[in-house]
Amino acid sequence: MSKIDEQNTGKKEGEIRYLTPLNIDTSTKKKYCRFKRTGIKYVDYKDSNFLMKFVNEQGKILPRRLTGTSLKYQRKVSVAIKRARHLAILPYVGDMLK
Amino acid sequence: MNNYETVFILNPVLSENQIEEAVQKYEKLLTSKGGSIINKENWGLKKLAYPIQNKKSAFYHLFQYTASGDTIKELELFFLRDERVMRYLTVKLDKHSLAWADKRIKKNKLKKA
Repeated sequence: MSKIDEQNTGKKEGEIRYLTPLNIDTSTKKKYCRFKRTGIKYVDYKDSNFLMKFVNEQGKILPRRLTGTSLKYQRKVSVAIKRARHLAILPYVGDMLK
Repeated sequence: MNNYETVFILNPVLSENQIEEAVQKYEKLLTSKGGSIINKENWGLKKLAYPIQNKKSAFYHLFQYTASGDTIKELELFFLRDERVMRYLTVKLDKHSLAWADKRIKKNKLKKA
């Protein structure tokens, strides 16, 4: 039995099936760690404009998955943000920061 | 002797003289304990990201200095007892942050000149 027949008769009834895979555009641009690329070795907690790149509108730290930062520097970023929060350079909770 | 950096926030209701006095007091404390100040910065009256003690802005000051570890303990104790100081943070500088701090000093000098 061919594959298409199997789908038509078969086990997964009721689900939408496509004969050809959908053409969904996904960006092929690879994310990169900006610290490794630019050679920054230290994340400064005093620079609020820079740290704003690593938080969302509510002031939460963005995951590595989204920013592309390497694990080594993500740890440093998170420490820097927490220090900045203590000194009221960044807010603990915010609304519409960007 | 280690390299340290301290940022502290002073109450905005203080007059300029009182601020000067407080900053000098801590400077003296550091030097009397054998530390030496490398860089002093005054960021002036800055808006806070969230209210502290119902204040919306405060005076920021930064010291970069070399001192022994015991001095830090004493300095922080004075910060805790002082009502003028709203927040403080002391960070030990490693080689990367020290390089960063040197850059910062040079940048500030250029700005002044």
